[in-house]
Amino acid sequence: MNIYFVLPLFVILSFIFFIFYRQQKRLAHYSGISTLSQIKKTLTSQRFWLVILGFVLTIGFWYAAVYWLPFDAFHRLPGPDEVVIEWLSRDPYYGISIYTKEYYVHILYSTYRATVSFLLATILGVPFGLLMGWSRRFYEYSFPLVEMIRPIPPLAWVPLSILMLPGVEPAVIFVTFLVAFFVTTLNTLLGVQSIDQAYFRAALCLGASSKEILYDVVIPGSLPYIFTGLQISMGAAWFSLVAGEMIAAQYGLGYLIWQGYSLVKYPTIIIGMVTLGFIGYGSSAVIRYVGKRLMAWREQELGGLGVTYEE
Amino acid sequence: MSKTNISKDNSVANMFVKKEISFGKRLQKKLFNRTNINGTIAILGFFLIWHLLVVLRMPFMKHIPTPVTVLETFINLVTKKVYWVSLWFSTKRVFYGFVAAQVLGIPLGLAMGWSRKFKYLSFPVFEVLRPIPPLAWVPVSILFWPTNELSIAFITFIGAFFTIVLNVLRGVSSIDKELYRSALSLGAKPQHIFRKIILPASIPSIATGMMVGIGITWNVVIAAEMIAGDKGIGRLTWEGYLAGDTPTIIVGMISIGFAGWLSSGIVKIISDRMMPWRKLF
Amino acid sequence: MRNNGDEKVIKENTNIALDNSHITKKGALSICNVTKIYDPEGVHVIALEDCSLDIKAGEFVAVVGPSGCGKTTLLNIIAGFDSLTHGEIYLDNELLAAPGVKPKPGPDRVVVFQHGALFPWKTVLDNVIYGPVIQKKMSRDEAIEIARDKLSRLGLKEIENVYPGQLSSGMQRRVEIVRALINNPLVLLLDEPFRGMDSVTKSASHEALLELYDIFHKTIYFITHDLEEAIFLSDTVVVMTTRPGKIRMTIKVDLPRPRDYRMLSTPRFLELKETAKDAVHEEALKAFQRGERELA
Ligand SMILES: Nc1ncnc2c1ncn2[C@@H]1O[C@H](COP(=O)(O)OP(=O)(O)OP(=O)(O)O)[C@@H](O)[C@H]1O
Ligand SMILES: [Mg+2]
Repeated sequence: MNIYFVLPLFVILSFIFFIFYRQQKRLAHYSGISTLSQIKKTLTSQRFWLVILGFVLTIGFWYAAVYWLPFDAFHRLPGPDEVVIEWLSRDPYYGISIYTKEYYVHILYSTYRATVSFLLATILGVPFGLLMGWSRRFYEYSFPLVEMIRPIPPLAWVPLSILMLPGVEPAVIFVTFLVAFFVTTLNTLLGVQSIDQAYFRAALCLGASSKEILYDVVIPGSLPYIFTGLQISMGAAWFSLVAGEMIAAQYGLGYLIWQGYSLVKYPTIIIGMVTLGFIGYGSSAVIRYVGKRLMAWREQELGGLGVTYEE
Repeated sequence: MSKTNISKDNSVANMFVKKEISFGKRLQKKLFNRTNINGTIAILGFFLIWHLLVVLRMPFMKHIPTPVTVLETFINLVTKKVYWVSLWFSTKRVFYGFVAAQVLGIPLGLAMGWSRKFKYLSFPVFEVLRPIPPLAWVPVSILFWPTNELSIAFITFIGAFFTIVLNVLRGVSSIDKELYRSALSLGAKPQHIFRKIILPASIPSIATGMMVGIGITWNVVIAAEMIAGDKGIGRLTWEGYLAGDTPTIIVGMISIGFAGWLSSGIVKIISDRMMPWRKLF
Repeated sequence: MRNNGDEKVIKENTNIALDNSHITKKGALSICNVTKIYDPEGVHVIALEDCSLDIKAGEFVAVVGPSGCGKTTLLNIIAGFDSLTHGEIYLDNELLAAPGVKPKPGPDRVVVFQHGALFPWKTVLDNVIYGPVIQKKMSRDEAIEIARDKLSRLGLKEIENVYPGQLSSGMQRRVEIVRALINNPLVLLLDEPFRGMDSVTKSASHEALLELYDIFHKTIYFITHDLEEAIFLSDTVVVMTTRPGKIRMTIKVDLPRPRDYRMLSTPRFLELKETAKDAVHEEALKAFQRGERELA
């Protein structure tokens, strides 16, 4: 049983260590310190231990609240040990662990739905937003419509889309797509609007045609906002996907969580939540990475040290 | 002052001459400009196309009523008590969750921005919890809180909380370091720096957080009501679906949209009040 | 109207003309009774009132005046970003701008912007060669060659693959001047290009600009707040009045070219400076007092 505690603890510790180590390495790139002293520096920094202390305190509080504190509310929740044991068990009591196929089926379903909706929203939303920012006339026609439909929360669309689309699966994807689409479109529009007038004028002065202005000013100029938008859009997609899955779908992590509740498989709920957290974090890290690659000019502007894991 | 300045006065006077236009003409100019006309055309066009699609019996519009039917249902529902009670419940939940998120989130964000040690201690944990979608908290929330009302308010709180904290933290960390230094060199004490520099400087980001937060809370409340609620406008919409009553679904959607829009407006007014020196958005 | 026959000139410049005898002198601007009224929401703001000014081809004109007097407004009208309310502007005796006639901004009248407008997403080199390459006047390689030469003249070696955000604002300004000059414009419109430079960089930039000017002899409309700079660089100093902007006086600078820093202490220079200073000071005072009154 001990292995259940040692293993995840080890994973978390090495993860934190890795993050710190990478930061040190980046610093070392500028100041030229050896690998050994980098490791030493990491291990002796106050910050490193504070971060670990933060996690230990949180998990400790969770454990203490569930088992020792005299509040009934906490006793209804599963403890951290219970969750970890279940999660890593070859023969899980409630049916879901890293060794069961079902776990990955749920993950795959959710990831698939999120990816499809997100890609669709990006492919349609970015050009739509660029067009809105680019053509005054198109903006005048489309913006009021967007503003009329946008305040309706994504989940309010679920019933209607089930009725309009063939089956539940497209309905869940549609709802997820819709949220992501609005976020992407409006951020792209904001990006175009935020470009300094002087860049347009400079391009005109240098003889750019409107097509060249689109390629050389509008698109690169709005890229920072587009990527901020994509990050938010990814978050929003997961948000409504989970809700959609809880309400209507078969399979998927949202479904797993809700099923865990209704079938009284409480550790499964936490497993689902944590898994969602990991995937959500991973997906926005991917977008951040792509964004950094595409916007080398910004990275350099920040002196190469600007973006840490805090961003 | 000298004579040259006085002789200059007439040109000063005609620098800001207001053109003599009557109020009616100005109103006309404001209402009937190209942007508004085109916008109106687009919205009318939208309803017209919707109506036509239903009348022409397009396959995917099979269950969808015409705008006229929706309007009738709307008028019918507005006279019923259920409608207003539902709206009231949803609004109350949004309000509680939103206020709780501000009350807890703003101090936490400020503390993280104020003390480095506290930030190292809490921020990573915060970042690990943040990507979990608010709706994933529904079961845990139901288990934990004794009443349904509290658990929905809690989920709403979760939705707005992370955004608020993040925005406040960002606001505090973007304060120019020169400000601290100049204040310190003028002999300011830490509590002065907090009250006179950190607090006012983070107000714009608090306002941004509030604007984003209110949108999220409405989203969360609707979803939570559909999943786990009794009462509430989200529930009303969902029951419309269960009963196969499409006009009610659409009326519900419109009401939710309107309520969300209204609360964003209120939050915007509040945040403008918070910073009289500039207009955000 | 724009660039006719200019193609040839550019081609000849490809091998950086050391003798400029065969460059046709073009780029004379005549500004006749120009008035510009901004009208946001019914409030008349008279930015320019009845301005007349003749700029000969190849003349270096420096415009000074208090803040908000309409220097940039006139530049915008010439560049084609803004329309004018009354009057006409001719470029080489052809109508450029009049009420209802707004020229298209183009590479014959290139602007260096007051707040800088290098594309932050392009490297220095890509910024500089942007104009000629998209106008298809040169191939990329040709453009790069010329760009390198001009950059090095302004002391900007070894930064070509760097993004503008990493440069000091003084360097950015100079890169922007190179980006403008490489288009071989008829008129170069410079909006406070040397603002915010330290004095050493500034004087180096002056020398570089003068050197470029002595080679290319472009018509230059140069806005500045620095009187000494204006007199030192230009053939004519134009002093504008506070809003509504009028031309208060034009001062012919008869210092010989090529200019040299020793001229800054010659009696003639000091005399010119005194004349201009009095005019500018009086205008600045008026602007200042008016500012107080507007606030009250
Ligand atoms: N788009 C506009 N709408 C209304 N008023 C404007 C506009 N642009 C400029 N103005 C006004 O016209 C006047 C002249 O502006 P301009 O920018 O030409 O001044 P400037 O001489 O360049 O000043 P500075 O030295 O500060 O750059 C100013 O008072 C300004 O407020
Ligand atoms: Mg100006």
